[in-house]
Amino acid sequence: MQIYLPIADLPVNIFLVLGMGLAVGFISGMFGIGGGFLMTPLLIFIGISPAVAVASVTSHIAASSFTGAITYWRKRAIDVPLAMMLLSSGILGTATGVWLFTLLRELDQLDLVIGLSYVTLLTTVGALMINESVQAELRARKGQPAMLRRPGSHNWVHGLPFKLRFKRSKIYVSAIPVWAIGFSIGFIGAILGIGGGFLLVPMLIYFLRVPTATVIGTSMVLTLVTMASATVMHAATNHLVDAVLALILIVGGVIGAQFGARTGQKMRGERLRLLLGLLVFAVGLRFAYELVVRPDDLFSLRLVRPE
Amino acid sequence: MARRALMVAILLAAFGAASASAEQLVVSLSNHRVAVTSSFVGENLVLFGTIEPDRPQAALRRAYDLVVTVTGPRQTLRTRRKDRVLGIWVNVDSREFVRVPSYLGILSNRPVAQIANADTARRLQLGLDNFLLPQRIGPDTADTVRDDPFRVAFVNLETQYGLYRESPTAVTFLTPTVFRVAIPMPANVPTGSYGIDVQLFAGGAMVARTSSALEVIKAGVEQFVADAARDHGLLYGLLASLMALVIGWFGSVVFRRD
Repeated sequence: MQIYLPIADLPVNIFLVLGMGLAVGFISGMFGIGGGFLMTPLLIFIGISPAVAVASVTSHIAASSFTGAITYWRKRAIDVPLAMMLLSSGILGTATGVWLFTLLRELDQLDLVIGLSYVTLLTTVGALMINESVQAELRARKGQPAMLRRPGSHNWVHGLPFKLRFKRSKIYVSAIPVWAIGFSIGFIGAILGIGGGFLLVPMLIYFLRVPTATVIGTSMVLTLVTMASATVMHAATNHLVDAVLALILIVGGVIGAQFGARTGQKMRGERLRLLLGLLVFAVGLRFAYELVVRPDDLFSLRLVRPE
Repeated sequence: MARRALMVAILLAAFGAASASAEQLVVSLSNHRVAVTSSFVGENLVLFGTIEPDRPQAALRRAYDLVVTVTGPRQTLRTRRKDRVLGIWVNVDSREFVRVPSYLGILSNRPVAQIANADTARRLQLGLDNFLLPQRIGPDTADTVRDDPFRVAFVNLETQYGLYRESPTAVTFLTPTVFRVAIPMPANVPTGSYGIDVQLFAGGAMVARTSSALEVIKAGVEQFVADAARDHGLLYGLLASLMALVIGWFGSVVFRRD
C-alpha cells in the first residue's frame, strides 16, 4: 500500500517503512541504542533526500529512547544530575549542529560531510568494539576473570578542575569533560541524524567511569532530550521534518524495540557487543564504499528555491 | 478612385489574414485540478480538442501536427558535478538553473524535428533541446548551447525523475480534426499552477495556438501537514516531538512486564 509523504514529496510503501521501523527498533532494543545510524542510511536508500531523512529520524529516536528511558526510570537506573549536566551542553551542541547542517546544505557539501563523518565514526567505534569484545572473549576462554573496574584507576580526565560529585553513579569528576561530551553528542546527533547512544555509552564509561548500572539509562535521557529538541529545531529552521514518515517509523520502532530488548536480555554481554561492533563497522564500510567508488551519475540536483 | 483602390486593398488584406489562419483550436481538459492525497501515485490527464474552421465556409487542410507544452511552476535548481578529490567523490562544480519549470512535458503526434524546421522549432521552443533553460552566468542569466554538459545532465536527471519528458506519441488524432492528448502526471509531480500551450502546425508552420491551465494541489492530510510545516515550523516541530513522546510512552505502557 502506497502512502504519499507530504514533506519528502514522494510516495512510499507503508509496509516497507513500517518494516524498517520494526527491524531498526528490534536492533535498538537489543543493544540499547537509538538506531539512527541504521535508519538514516536506510531512508536515503529508498529515495528520501538525506536532509529530510536526518530531520525526520530525530523524532523516531526521541520516541524509542523515551520508551527506554521510562523502563530505566522504573529500575531507578538514571543518574538525573549527571543527565542534566550533559543536557545543558547537549542542547547547545544540537543548536550548533542544526546551524552547521543548514550552512553545509547551502554549500552543497552536506552529503559529503554526512558520508565522511559516518565512515570515520562508524569504522572507528566499530573496530574498537570488536577489538574489546574479542579480547574479553579470549580472556573468558583462557579462564581469566573479566577485567573489573579498578576503583583507584584515574586517567588525565580526573585531573581537571571544577569537580562535581554524582551520587547515583558514585563518581567524582570535573564538569569540563561532562560538558564536552554532552556538546559533542548533541552536535553530532543533529548533523548526522543519530542519537549518538553508541558513542555516548563508551565515552561515559571510559572517560567518566560511569558504572554500567546507570550508563544506559542516563545516556537515553540525553538522547531523548537532544533528539526531541533537534526535531523542533529542524522543523523550525529547515522545515524538513516529515511527520507522516516519522509516525510510521515511530510505531514500527516502538514495537520492534520491545522484542529486541527481550532477545538482548537472553544474550551474553560480550557477544552482544561483538555483534553491535560488527554491525557498526559494516555500516561504516558501506559508506566508505559509496565515497570511494565512482558514482553512477556524477551530476545531481538540489532545489535552491521555489518561485 | 484612390479611395476605392484603398478599400480593395484593405479588404484583400483582411481576407488574406483570415485565410492565413483559417483554423482555430477548441480544447477541453479532463480535470483542471489534480489533488495530491495520501494515496496519490500519479495520474493521467486527458486533453481533448478539435480543429475548427474560424469561418463557416473556410476549408480545412488535410494534414495537421500538434505540439502541446505543459509547464509546471517555476523553480531555481542547482546542478552539481562530482569529481574525485583525494580519492573520494566530492561536489566540485555547480550551475544554477534559474526559474525553470519544475515539470516540462512536450507532447506531440510525431517527433518535433519532423513537424517544423530547426529555426521554427528553436523560435517556438519545441522539444526539450529547444526549451529555454536559463543558467546563472555571473550576474546574468542565459541559456547555453544545447550540448552544454550541465544542461544535458540537468535534462537527463529531470527525465529520470519523470518530471521532464518529450513524447512524440502522446498526441493521437482520432479523426483528421479531433485529437486527444495524454498528459502524464507522475507521483512526484510538484504542486502549483501549470500552463498548457497548444500549438497547431500545418506544412511546417504554426497556424493556430491556444492555451489552458491546470492546478496541482495537496489535499486533505497532505495539505494540512505541508502547510503546517511551512507556515508554523516551530509549532509543527513541537507537535512532532510530542507525538514521538506520546507513542514512546504508550509503547512502554502497553509492553510493560513488571
